[in-house]
Amino acid sequence: MRTVTEDPYMKVDRVAGHENVERANKVALMDEVFADPRISHYLYGCYECGICVAACPSARFYDFSPRRIAQAAARRDIDLMFQQMEEDIWECSQCFSCLRCPRGNNPGGIITVMREVAVKNGLHSAQEALHGYSRIIFKIMSTGTQVSPDMLQPDAFPDWGPEVKDVSENLDLWRRALPPETHHTTKTGWAVADKTIVELYLIWLETGALDMIKQVDEGIHMILEEVMEERLEDEGIEI
Amino acid sequence: MTQIEPVQLLLSKKERFDREPDRRSADFHELLFDLESRGEIEVQRVQGDYVTVPTKYGTPKKIQKGHLWHHKSCGQCGHIPGYSTSIFWIMRKLGYDYEDPRDQTSCTAWNYYASATSNQAAQAAVALRNFAAAYETGYFPLIHCGTSYGHYKEVRSELLHQPELRNQVRKVMEKLGKPMVLPEEIVHYSEWLYAMRDEIATNQVLNLKDIAVTVHPACHYYKLVEGDAIYDPDVYHGQRTAAVSGLVQTLGADLRSYSTFFDCCGFGFRHILVQRDFTRSFATLRKIEVMKEEANPDVVLTHDTGCVTALDKSQFAAQAHGRDVGVPVMSEAQFAALAMGAHPYKVCQLHWHSTNYKPLLEKMGIDWKAAWAEFEEELQHLKSGDKEFLTWEDVGV
Repeated sequence: MRTVTEDPYMKVDRVAGHENVERANKVALMDEVFADPRISHYLYGCYECGICVAACPSARFYDFSPRRIAQAAARRDIDLMFQQMEEDIWECSQCFSCLRCPRGNNPGGIITVMREVAVKNGLHSAQEALHGYSRIIFKIMSTGTQVSPDMLQPDAFPDWGPEVKDVSENLDLWRRALPPETHHTTKTGWAVADKTIVELYLIWLETGALDMIKQVDEGIHMILEEVMEERLEDEGIEI
Repeated sequence: MTQIEPVQLLLSKKERFDREPDRRSADFHELLFDLESRGEIEVQRVQGDYVTVPTKYGTPKKIQKGHLWHHKSCGQCGHIPGYSTSIFWIMRKLGYDYEDPRDQTSCTAWNYYASATSNQAAQAAVALRNFAAAYETGYFPLIHCGTSYGHYKEVRSELLHQPELRNQVRKVMEKLGKPMVLPEEIVHYSEWLYAMRDEIATNQVLNLKDIAVTVHPACHYYKLVEGDAIYDPDVYHGQRTAAVSGLVQTLGADLRSYSTFFDCCGFGFRHILVQRDFTRSFATLRKIEVMKEEANPDVVLTHDTGCVTALDKSQFAAQAHGRDVGVPVMSEAQFAALAMGAHPYKVCQLHWHSTNYKPLLEKMGIDWKAAWAEFEEELQHLKSGDKEFLTWEDVGV
């Protein structure tokens, strides 16, 4: 039985789990993480002081530690980073309280990059974390606003109290009772101009953001692609 | 053969990190204007009357008073509409003109921090498209959402430091037929309220000295690109951001501290939508209960979409667990509007909130029953078709 990897710094795959995943695949994923130009501004080694953990909301409720994220990345511990990618990164609240780090690390930022790589490569953790979230991806990418008033339904937010039902039942009337002219909408947060939406679609297509969705939800990707291409075709825009 | 010392061998394998000895973030303006002078980007300058405010490391920040382009917030407009309405109302009340654009998308950062289903270039292009839209109108951008504000500051930093990213985004902007433009300052609405706090207080009609207030400073306002957030020696000795707290002090309310002020609200971006057990636990156990025990506030004020949502909406279900909750939550914009005589329902739209705010209104001297009756009367006009919408004239501005 192997007890150490070729480098004594690193966590052995047996301990990190996911030993069924080829090491070359793990290395390729982490190469993607470290190729991101933001990483060099997010990682400066670790004092192991734990200030980031003390400030971290997710560390209080999950088996999660921003310190371990920074340490694993600083040691280039491929097996541990892969384990974190599959088991830890989606617990992060992305509040960036960990920026309190006296060393100047940004564990939350490292996680943003790791999540992006997890999404791009369709990792199991990304699919699982975003299960049930797809309708939000559809909303933001297709309408340019993240949440809409008509999402406030009592069956979706029973824990938010009876006021949600009041809002839902009176939605159209209460939206018309808002003085700002842009707020009389129910399907989007505010009224977004048609040309603005077309410009947004171009951004999603030109930057490859739309392609990323395919790996986590093929169905939503297909619908979004159709919506965007149809709209751009109507405008006479070639992709 | 040369023998390598064991220590050298170890050091040769050790990762090296270069970092600035001074952790204070540098003033970004130099780089911004340098890129402008080289014709790489355009800079939308602060124009007309402005207030200079202090930031964390002393860099002065200009806050333009009027002629502002309101970059709205998804969550505020979507489910806390009294939040954005109050910002507009205060601006109208003080007599400053503005643009409420339709040519604006979300910054999409809520989704990005929740799902990572985007990338650096897309996020930067979305930001620059919105900045270009503001620039084309001549109005200066004012950002309503704390996450948009924090994210745009990150995007600015990335664009200033990464030529490859600028080239990538430039190609997208050329396709859109829009210029590469960044504003001279990225300004959050709570900074505008801070800058205008004396003018607001001049228009105050309610005495708030008996109203106990705790403030939740929004993480994405002061933790992301922290050097660009307002800190004032007269507010917590410059040791906490002065946004919100500075306004509360000027309004004469009873500002009270609590030990977990640095903690986030528990919003979590993804968690608030699909994993709310975490949000509820954190918001109630680490924020609301601590505030109640240590400061017993009449109201919690904050300055971001997610924080109002997480702190307000989490309290209902926590009652089932016998938790010590029940503090109304709103933005400082709504609170300031109330102080200036805004209608609690027609302007501040408090009926969209969950936690019971009525005892607070009573303590502030506002007759909420009469106000609700007035609002219902307006609703009748809308129902009967007498009019289609409630207008600014209906709310006195």
